[in-house]
Amino acid sequence: MSMLEIKNLHAKINNHFILKGVDLVVNAGEVHSIMGPNGSGKSTLAQVLARRETYEITAGEVLFGGKDLLSMKPEEVACEGLFMAFQYPIEIPGISNAYFLRAALNAIRKFRGEEELDAMDFLPLLKDKMRLLDMDERFLNRAVNEGFSGGEKKRNEIVQMAVLEPRLAILDETDSGLDIDALRIVAKGVNLMRRPDRGILLVTHYQRLLNYIVPDFVHVLVDGKIVKSGGPELALELEEKGYGWAEPEAATAIR
Amino acid sequence: MAIATTEPLRGYPEAFFELDSRALRQPAWLRELRERGFARFRDVGFPTTRNEDWRFTNVNAIAQTAFQPAPAQSVTFAALEPFLIPGAACHLVFVNGQYAARLSRIAGLPAGVEAGSLGEAIQNNRKPAESHLGRYLNVERDAFCALNTALLEDGGYVYLPRRADVEAPICLLFVSLPGTIPSMAHPRTLIVAEDEAQASIVEQYISLGAGEVFFSNSATELVAGEGAVVSHYLVERQDRNAFKISTLRSEQARSANVTSHSILLGGALVRNNVHPVLAGEGSECLINGLFIAAGKQHIDNYMLVEHARPHSSSRQFYNGILDGHSRGVFHGRIIVHKDAQKTDAKQTNRNLLLSDDAQIDTKPQLEIYADDVKCTHGATIGQVEENALFYLRSRGISEGAARRLLLLAFANECLERMKCPVMRAYLEGVIQAWLPATSTGAPPEAGEIERRWEEAG
Repeated sequence: MSMLEIKNLHAKINNHFILKGVDLVVNAGEVHSIMGPNGSGKSTLAQVLARRETYEITAGEVLFGGKDLLSMKPEEVACEGLFMAFQYPIEIPGISNAYFLRAALNAIRKFRGEEELDAMDFLPLLKDKMRLLDMDERFLNRAVNEGFSGGEKKRNEIVQMAVLEPRLAILDETDSGLDIDALRIVAKGVNLMRRPDRGILLVTHYQRLLNYIVPDFVHVLVDGKIVKSGGPELALELEEKGYGWAEPEAATAIR
Repeated sequence: MAIATTEPLRGYPEAFFELDSRALRQPAWLRELRERGFARFRDVGFPTTRNEDWRFTNVNAIAQTAFQPAPAQSVTFAALEPFLIPGAACHLVFVNGQYAARLSRIAGLPAGVEAGSLGEAIQNNRKPAESHLGRYLNVERDAFCALNTALLEDGGYVYLPRRADVEAPICLLFVSLPGTIPSMAHPRTLIVAEDEAQASIVEQYISLGAGEVFFSNSATELVAGEGAVVSHYLVERQDRNAFKISTLRSEQARSANVTSHSILLGGALVRNNVHPVLAGEGSECLINGLFIAAGKQHIDNYMLVEHARPHSSSRQFYNGILDGHSRGVFHGRIIVHKDAQKTDAKQTNRNLLLSDDAQIDTKPQLEIYADDVKCTHGATIGQVEENALFYLRSRGISEGAARRLLLLAFANECLERMKCPVMRAYLEGVIQAWLPATSTGAPPEAGEIERRWEEAG
């Protein structure tokens, strides 16, 4: 059984059709990259998988670990082991990073029937993961993302991912806006998470990230559909020729 | 003094004279003070919504009820334990407005620091009581302050000599015992901090047991000498039938720093007046408040900050969470007098409405008579942010828990401004325990009296 199976997925927002029949299969241990121009539906796909309710599903099916993902709430899909790193992480003043992450981890542990962790057990775990991402310990007690720089926010997303240890990690344009040092740190964090029982889906606009995280498969999303799939070499080809190169072919492919 | 008893005054003249006959040994200055308060109250009566300061709060339910002075009564120490603050320097307990020495724990205060009953301080001719009591509270402006003064009998008394430094908070616990008839108490508190003294003083109001409506009308005068640093905490946790009017009037000398924290959770009809006067050059005040209302609660926050001398600064941060059919009011008035050049005043009121039936009126009011000042104000009214909610849920936290966490975060903004770790920890626990009852939208206890207040109002 595949970890994630997306079949003919259609989604819209405010009568604006964005996903127009996406098919994708991700197996455990695989790293997939979804690339595409702005407005192609990449982020929508990530958000739909994380169950953002502002999108309406008009057709199709998604199975996550064999279960109907589209009938799940955001917290249910998270507890089932799906994690999305946000393109624009939200600032939450008044709640510390450590408090928030422990609440999240305990919600997931409770769902799995595991014992909840108290602060004494949790802190060393969190500090470990923060070290991997070169994050200073003072971020522990700072409010979630409040006043963080763009790079700090993205690194904080990866820290969360490392703590929550999802079965499927989706990174929604985590690379955009990062300088090269931050990009390297983020990539290192993601590479450390690669495991035979974990799937990773990288949503990105640029090929740059794929120099550091080499995917097993690359898919090109244009106008709400995957128009081309291939190995890592496809990303290089896209970089060289631009998305325009994939688009006309898409048009031919439809006919 | 000849008094014609009129209908709107209900039992107040009787209460005034009864107290007069009981307090035979009251000094002349006190009698004069009380008479002035009573005369003023008799002249003006309770305010109506035609009074701009009371535009959003109808106190008809208080005016229409015949309250009797709450009798002196006792409670067990065990009943108080849930309300004692771990790590406090001392606990002074007042039952129905009267000091209860047997229940109080005052050992361990630094030498020279006095904390106890105001009634006793007056009896014992304590000099600070005579020189400060009634000098600051404005009985002309506010009928409730006039009434409190008319019926002044007991309350808290805290005296901090020069350079005294009390690290742990001095806690005053005011217990209301609702009786078989509507009853009232008018606790009066005096806090005198001499030059460079430092302390935190807590006034906590609670109810024990069930009964008829209780009206608590408290007033506190806080005098901060040169360079004194005083934090005042008001914690309102009475039952959902209580009427609560509280006034804090602080007078700040040169470079004095006063902080007022208000956490308002309980009560049916609550009005909290905070009135600092920055009377000395370079004095500073912070007014920090959080009110959480549900059911049919009405919580009115009336701030009046007066800048009287140059280079003083004031900060007001007030957060409100309103659920059910509750109503909140924030009235933030700042007066910058002619001499108060280089004033720096800032006011922020943020509100979360959790239901379509909850309501907030927020009103800034700046009166500036100096020409070189910096005054800003801002208010927001909103709902729980959907993006933040999705973010928390996407990490596995259930919708209910996520909403609660966001409310807690909103409340935490207020707790983070408290410097005293003992109070921060205590109030964090109080608020965490309070929130679930609120976020369901249903009041935990909706009594008959609450309904009657609605009809009367």
